Amino acid sequence: MEYTPRELMVVCAARQIRDSERVFVGMRLPLLAFALAKRTHAPHCVGIFETGLIRDTPARELLYTMGDAPNICGALWTTSTINVLGLMAAGEIELGFIGGAEIDRYGNLNTSLIGDWRQPRVRLPGSGGGADIASLAQRLAIIMPHERHRLRERVDFVTSPGYGYPDEQGSAGVAWRQRVGLPRGGPAVLITTLAVFTFDPATGEALLQSYHPGSSIEQVQEQTGWPLRLAPDCAETVPPTPEELRVIRECDPHGVWTR
Amino acid sequence: MSKLLSMTEAIRRYVHDGASIALGLALEPCIPFAAGHEIIRQGRRDLTLIGPISDILFDQLIGAGCVAKIQAAWVGNVSEGLGHCYRRATEQAQPRPIITEDHSNFSIGLALRAASLGAPYIPTRSLLGSDIPRKNSTFLQTTSPFDGSPLLLVPALQPDVTILHVQRSDEDGNAHLWGSLGICQEAMLAARQVIIIAEEIVAREVITSDPNRVIGPSYKVCAVVHEPWGAHPSAVQGYYDRDHQFYHEYHTRSRTPEGFQQWLDEWVLGLKTHQEYLAKLGEARRGALSVKEHRYAAPVDYGY
Repeated sequence: MEYTPRELMVVCAARQIRDSERVFVGMRLPLLAFALAKRTHAPHCVGIFETGLIRDTPARELLYTMGDAPNICGALWTTSTINVLGLMAAGEIELGFIGGAEIDRYGNLNTSLIGDWRQPRVRLPGSGGGADIASLAQRLAIIMPHERHRLRERVDFVTSPGYGYPDEQGSAGVAWRQRVGLPRGGPAVLITTLAVFTFDPATGEALLQSYHPGSSIEQVQEQTGWPLRLAPDCAETVPPTPEELRVIRECDPHGVWTR
Repeated sequence: MSKLLSMTEAIRRYVHDGASIALGLALEPCIPFAAGHEIIRQGRRDLTLIGPISDILFDQLIGAGCVAKIQAAWVGNVSEGLGHCYRRATEQAQPRPIITEDHSNFSIGLALRAASLGAPYIPTRSLLGSDIPRKNSTFLQTTSPFDGSPLLLVPALQPDVTILHVQRSDEDGNAHLWGSLGICQEAMLAARQVIIIAEEIVAREVITSDPNRVIGPSYKVCAVVHEPWGAHPSAVQGYYDRDHQFYHEYHTRSRTPEGFQQWLDEWVLGLKTHQEYLAKLGEARRGALSVKEHRYAAPVDYGY
């Protein structure tokens, strides 16, 4: 069956959701990933939205934003942003999704600005809840387009902390997060239009876990601004099943997010 | 006591040049666009805007030259991406330079919560290791006096005026808001004064029949404005859904300063009131956004 790169990204994202998990659902593709996971392998997962909302069923209609009216209907709880982000601060949210404009080899994300922060060349919208999710969720899944200027050796500005950087006090990775005082978490996976990366918690470095059908390690390297390290079991990404594609197209019949 | 005012009068009396204004606090829904457009028409200057993610109202106020400073987590167009006016202001100082104090959604909520509690700050572990506290020097990085662990102190933030769009209110400003609340309640409790914009004005008895749904104490409310569809193109649960196409059109047209100015003339400056805006929007478009299927909550019993 034919599918688009974004459909494959939604499938990869949905596969990160384990059954019964509490998932902080971000904008766009994660909205579909949550709906897909619910209807396939993770029927008991619970979605948490930063507008202040918890629901355990997918919305009945395609969402352009998490605040759209169909997302409120059938919610388990509508409440304040502080309450749901507070649950995440308390360590109760297992998985969080975010996107980014730029990422580096240590999973640090930039959605704030390009250039010097005192006089940015390009001003991006900012953190939203992204920096909170990156700081506080137990595991972080990142979704973004794969382009060489986006996957950089080092980002200009760390909006959402990943595994930091090696410094005089020690390595990047989980050790860096502990040094700066982050309570838990860190990137578990980076899903792009070409590949899936996992992370080595000891060094904080991204590992190429799989390359999408039609792509290759060479092509991923060409579009990546750091020398790739491969996961020991690096292989081709498992393509979407017909059932996964059927559910995605039911949720997004006009391809608003997936074409 | 009736606090009912026209939008023109409410903005004239309570939103002054140089004021700090919190608005767009429910994130994507219930954004007080009609109030923002009146602020633009009255030519307010040097405002500080406070909000979480802001969608396009912040972008419009910035493009119109009303804004000196932004204290927010995100400024852009939620369904489309970047905010073109925000970019022009921060990158090229057009139409004027603005100062940005970056927040996250949690930190801006905590800042308002701190003010609402009369606390000087609230500590968090969010944003440790982020460059946001480096850029926004109002944050203070320190260690916990209890166990020495790193902490970020988020200082209290008190808006001069919080503008809330709600489903219904009585004339005194006792207001019902439902759906996701974002940081509406924190901003109302933190503010010096509050302007309520309501889809419907109802009798006090309607409000007091369900006090759990009230967003905050009406003694903080200085003005109540009856403005149906005043949050368009954002959604108001039970009244209308988000007009995604409107955001798309704005995104396309605001790409250049000239395009933005034409958009502004057409949708804000060239219209005297929100009634003219609604006439321009047209009944067909409103009909398409209106509630198709009502879903009423089961009544609750406050009896004894």
